[in-house]
Amino acid sequence: MRYIRPSSLEDAVGLLANASGKAAILAGGSDLLVRMKGGFIEPDVIIDIKAIDALGRIIENDDGFVIGAAVPCAVLGENTALRNAWPGVVEGARLIGSKQVQGRCTIVGNLCNASPAADSVPALVAAGARALVRGPAGSRTIAVETIPVGPGKTSLAPGEIIEAILLDKRQRHSGDAYQRFTPRTEMDIAVVSAAVNLTLNDQGVVEKARVALGAAAPTVLLVEEAADILVGSRVDDGALERLAEACSAACRPIDDKRGTVEFRKKVAGVLAKRVALTAYQRAGQK
Amino acid sequence: MTFDPSHAARSFSSVGTRPIRPDGVDKVTGRARYGADFNMPGQLIGRILRSPHAHAVIRKIDTSKAEQLPGVKAVVTAADLPDLTNGDTSMYDILDNCMARRKALYDGHAVAAVAAIDAHTARQALKLIDVEYELLPHVTDVDQAFAADAPLINDTIITKGVDPKPDRASNVSMRSQFGHGDVDAGMAKADFVVERTFRTEQTHQGYIEPHACVANVSSDGTADLWVCTQGHFVYRQHCAQLLGLEASKLRVTSSEIGGGFGGKTHVWAEPVALALSRKAGRPVKLVMTRDEVFRATGPTSATSIDVKIGALKDGTIIAADATLRYSCGPYAGSWAEVGAMTAFACYKLENVRTVGYEVLVNRPKTAAYRAPSAPMAAFAVESAIDELAKKVGMDAVDFRIKNAAQEGTKASYGPVYGPIGIGPTLEAVKNHPHMKAPLGKNQGRGMACGFWFNFGGQTCTDLNIGMDGTVSLAVGTVDVGGSRASLSLVAAEELGIDYAQVRAVIADTSSLGYNDMTDGSRGTFSSSMATISAARNAIKILRARAAQMWDIPVEDVTWERGHAVAKGETHGNLPNLSLKEIAAASGTTGGPIAGHSEIVADGAGVSFATHICDIEVDPETGATKVLRYTVVQDAGKAVHPTYVEGQYQGGAAQGIGWALNEEYIYGKDGRLQNAGFLDYRIPVCSDLPMIDTQILEIPNPNHPYGVRGVGETSIVPPLAAVANAVSNAVGVRMEHIPMSPPRILAALEA
Ligand SMILES: Cc1cc2nc3c(=O)[nH]c(=O)nc-3n(C[C@H](O)[C@H](O)[C@H](O)COP(=O)(O)OP(=O)(O)OC[C@H]3O[C@@H](n4cnc5c(N)ncnc54)[C@H](O)[C@@H]3O)c2cc1C
Repeated sequence: MRYIRPSSLEDAVGLLANASGKAAILAGGSDLLVRMKGGFIEPDVIIDIKAIDALGRIIENDDGFVIGAAVPCAVLGENTALRNAWPGVVEGARLIGSKQVQGRCTIVGNLCNASPAADSVPALVAAGARALVRGPAGSRTIAVETIPVGPGKTSLAPGEIIEAILLDKRQRHSGDAYQRFTPRTEMDIAVVSAAVNLTLNDQGVVEKARVALGAAAPTVLLVEEAADILVGSRVDDGALERLAEACSAACRPIDDKRGTVEFRKKVAGVLAKRVALTAYQRAGQK
Repeated sequence: MTFDPSHAARSFSSVGTRPIRPDGVDKVTGRARYGADFNMPGQLIGRILRSPHAHAVIRKIDTSKAEQLPGVKAVVTAADLPDLTNGDTSMYDILDNCMARRKALYDGHAVAAVAAIDAHTARQALKLIDVEYELLPHVTDVDQAFAADAPLINDTIITKGVDPKPDRASNVSMRSQFGHGDVDAGMAKADFVVERTFRTEQTHQGYIEPHACVANVSSDGTADLWVCTQGHFVYRQHCAQLLGLEASKLRVTSSEIGGGFGGKTHVWAEPVALALSRKAGRPVKLVMTRDEVFRATGPTSATSIDVKIGALKDGTIIAADATLRYSCGPYAGSWAEVGAMTAFACYKLENVRTVGYEVLVNRPKTAAYRAPSAPMAAFAVESAIDELAKKVGMDAVDFRIKNAAQEGTKASYGPVYGPIGIGPTLEAVKNHPHMKAPLGKNQGRGMACGFWFNFGGQTCTDLNIGMDGTVSLAVGTVDVGGSRASLSLVAAEELGIDYAQVRAVIADTSSLGYNDMTDGSRGTFSSSMATISAARNAIKILRARAAQMWDIPVEDVTWERGHAVAKGETHGNLPNLSLKEIAAASGTTGGPIAGHSEIVADGAGVSFATHICDIEVDPETGATKVLRYTVVQDAGKAVHPTYVEGQYQGGAAQGIGWALNEEYIYGKDGRLQNAGFLDYRIPVCSDLPMIDTQILEIPNPNHPYGVRGVGETSIVPPLAAVANAVSNAVGVRMEHIPMSPPRILAALEA
C-alpha cells in the first residue's frame, strides 16, 4: 500500500487518474481508516489531500462561502461569519462524533462516505449547497444531493475529487437548522434527522423553504411537498402539523437495529416541526 | 473471623480514609500495563476464525492452504485441544466454547486459529481456512427456545430437577424451585393482585479492555501466561486442565484490568493461545477485536419472567410467585436458579415460590455480569411491587418498608438473615431530600431495592516486612476496583503504620497459594480478612523479636500503634521499639519478618441497596434523560469510602445503560447485528447525571471490621428504578427492557 501526500490539486487529480489498483482519497480519515481497519477495503494507493493549501481554507466572497474539502468540522464551528450565515449547516457538522473526531473530519468526507445518516448532509441539501468537482475532464459544479446515490455509493466519476463546497450568499431574513435523533447524547449515529432552511419576507411569511430528511431513505431526501406547506405560512401550528405529516409520509426507511419504520416515520415529522420552528426563529432575527 | 464489637465504637486511623490509589498515577499517565501491553521477544500474533452461522455441523476443516502461507507458524482446530475433561461436563463445555468441536453453536463460535509473524499474515491465513458447514435450524430467543417445538441445540440435554425425568431432550437444562409457605392459598386471600410478564434483553459487561494474553509454552513443558483476568488462579486451573499441564508448571500473571464485571472470570481465548504457542514453539499474543468480544464473550442472560404478587388491604404481601426463564447460551447453566434465589430476597414473606428454567439458545455462552441474574429478577419483582403499592394505595417506599426483610426473617431462598441493611436503606431513602424534590412536566420518579449474596472463598495473602520497615503485601485477588488501596489501608491499620509505608501487588500464581477469583464482591472482603490475619501473624513475630531484643518474655510485649511496648512493672520503662527498629535488626534476630495467611473467608454478609431515579421522557420521540440518581447501600464498613462510592456509581451507570439502551440484537439469520460500541449503546458521560451515593454501615458480624462486599449490589436496583421512573413519567407500565426510544414510543401508542 502506498501513501501519497500531494501539495497541489492538479497532482492529486493526476495521481488518482494514473493510480494502479484501488486508490482512495483521504481527508480526515474518520471513515476511511475505520473501514480499512475493519478489513472492508484494502486500497493500494492512499492520496491524502490535507497538504493541499487551497483545500484547507474557508473563503467568503461576493457569491457566498467556499469551504475547502480538507477543512475539519471544528474549523467550521470557529468561523463566525459562516456560523451566522448558515447556523444549520454548522450545527450538522458539529454533531459529527466528538471533539476529537471533529478535529479531523470534513463535510466532504461525510458527503462522500454516502451514509444516509450522515449528519452534515441534510443541512447542506436544505441549504442548496453545491460541490465543486475536479476531475481528469476538468471542473464541474453540481448540487450536493446528486452526489450520494445509495449507501456507500456516489455519482463521482473515477478520478474525480471534490474541491470545495459552495454555499450561497445569505439573503435577509434567512435561517436554517438541523436536528438528529440519537438514543445517546453524543458518539452516536442518527436514527433519523431533519434540516429546514427558510427565507422570510418582511412580514415574517415564509417565501422560500427547503426541507431535507436524513436516515429516512437510501439517500438524504429533499421533501418538496413539505417545503410547499411552509411557503406562505408563518410556521404556525397548522402548518407544522401538515409539515410533520408530509415528512412522515415522504420517509422510505427500513427496520433495522437502530429503529423501526414506524419510529423513523413518526420522529422524522417531530424533528421537522422542531427544526422548522428553530429555522423560523433564526430567520426572524435577521 | 467474627466481627470485633469493639470496632463499632473504635475510631480507625487508616480504614475509612481516602488516600490516592497506588495504581492511580500509572493509570492516568498511560504507564500501567494492561493485557495487550505485554510483549515477548519473537512473539507471534494469534487470531481466531469464528463461525458466521448460529447453528451448524462442522463437516470438515481444511487448514492446508493456511499452513502453506509464508509467515504462518501454527494452525489449530479442536483436534489440537483433545478432550481431557474426563467426564466433567462443565469443563467439556468450556473446552467446546473455546474451540467448537462437532458443531458451531452461535455466530462467533471459534472454529480454528492461527499464529503468524504479524497480524496481517494471520488475517490472510484465516481467509485461507476452508470450513464446510451443514446449516441447522437455530433459535436465539429465550421464549422460542423454551417452546416444545424449538430447534434442539443439544440432544443430550434432559431437563434436570423435574420429576419424573423427561423422556426426551429439550433446550431446558434445569428447573429449580425455591420458597416456603402455601402460595396458592396465600394468593386466594389477597385483596389485590398484580400479575405480569416482563422481558429483558441480553447485555454485555461492556468492559473497555478487550480480552488479551500472551502465552509461552516452553519445550521443557513449563508455560507462562500473561493475561487480563479477574482470576489468574482459576485461569491457571482451567488452562492447565484443558491442555494437560500440571498446575504448577503453568505460571499465570494477571495484568491491570480495564474492566471485567464478571466477563473475565471465564477462559475464552487463553487455552487457544497456549495451544498455538505449544504447536508453534514460540510465544503467541492474542488480542480480541471488539467485534469478537461482543460475538464470543460475555453476555448476560436474556430473560422472560412471570410475576404474580398478592397483598392484603393493610399492605401486607400475602403471596409472591415468579417463574423465570433465563438464556444460558448453548450450554447448561444455573442463571435462572440464581435469579430465582434473589427475586424476593428483599422481603419478609409468608408464602413465596420461585421457579427457574435454564434455557439453551444459539447465542454466546452466558457469563457472569455483576450480581449475575439478580438485576432482571429485581426488575420484574420491583416493577410489580410498585404497581401493587399503587393498588393498595400506599406510598412505594412505605409499602416496601412494611414488607422488608429483617434480622431473623427466613429468606425466600432458604437461610435466616442476620443483621441486614434493607430496612435502613429504605428509611434512608424515605428521608432523602431527593424523594422530596419537585418534578417537572414529563418527568417521573422511581425507586427500587436490590439484593446480592456476596461471596468469601479461598484466599491467600503474604505480608513481608522489609529491612527498612516498609511493607509489601502480596495479594492473590485481582484488583478490579481499588482493592490494593483498601488492602494497604487494612495492613496499615493492623500494623499501626502509615498507608504510604505499604505497597500492595497482585502476585502471580507461582508466588502464592490458590485464590478464588475476584467475583462475588469478594476482593476486599476476603483479602482484607486474609490481610488482617497475615498482619496479626507478622505482629506475633514482631513482638517475639522485640522480646528478644529486650531479652524479656514475649508475653510482656504488646503491639500498639506501630510499636512493641514492654508491659509490667519490671519492663514498663523500656522505650518502645518501632516496627522500623525491629525490622532493621531482623537480620540478627532471626531473619526476615513476614506474616502469611491462608483462609476460607466464610460469612460474606448479604448486601442490600435502594436506588432513586428521576427521568424525563420526550413523549413525541420516546427519548429519555436521567435527571437525578441516588444510590443508598449498606457497605458494612467502608474501608476506602471513595472506592465504595465508585462501585455504587459504576453499578448504577451500568444498570442505567441496561435499562435504557443496551441490548444484543440478532437478525433472523441468527447473526448478531450490533457487535460494536456504535450500535451497542453503553451510556457516555454526557448521558448520565452525577450519581449521588449514601453509604450505610451495618457491620457484617463475620468480618473483624464489619466489611461487606460492595461491588455488585449496585447494579441490581437500576433496571427497576429506571423502569418505575419511566412508568411514572408516562403513565404506562414498562414491561420490556431496554426501554429504548422506539419501545417507549410503541408503549405510549399501544
Ligand atoms: C468515532 C466516530 C464517530 C463518528 N460520528 C459520526 C456522526 O455522529 N455523524 C456522522 O455523520 N458521521 C460520524 N462519523 C463518520 C465520519 O466521521 C464522518 O462521516 C466524517 O465527516 C468523514 O469525514 P473524513 O474527512 O474523516 O472522511 P474520510 O474518512 O477521509 O473520507 C470518507 C470518504 O470520502 C472520500 N473522500 C474524502 N474526501 C474526498 C474528496 N475531497 N473528494 C472525493 N472523495 C473524498 C474518501 O475517499 C472516503 O471514501 C464518525 C466516525 C467516527 C470514527
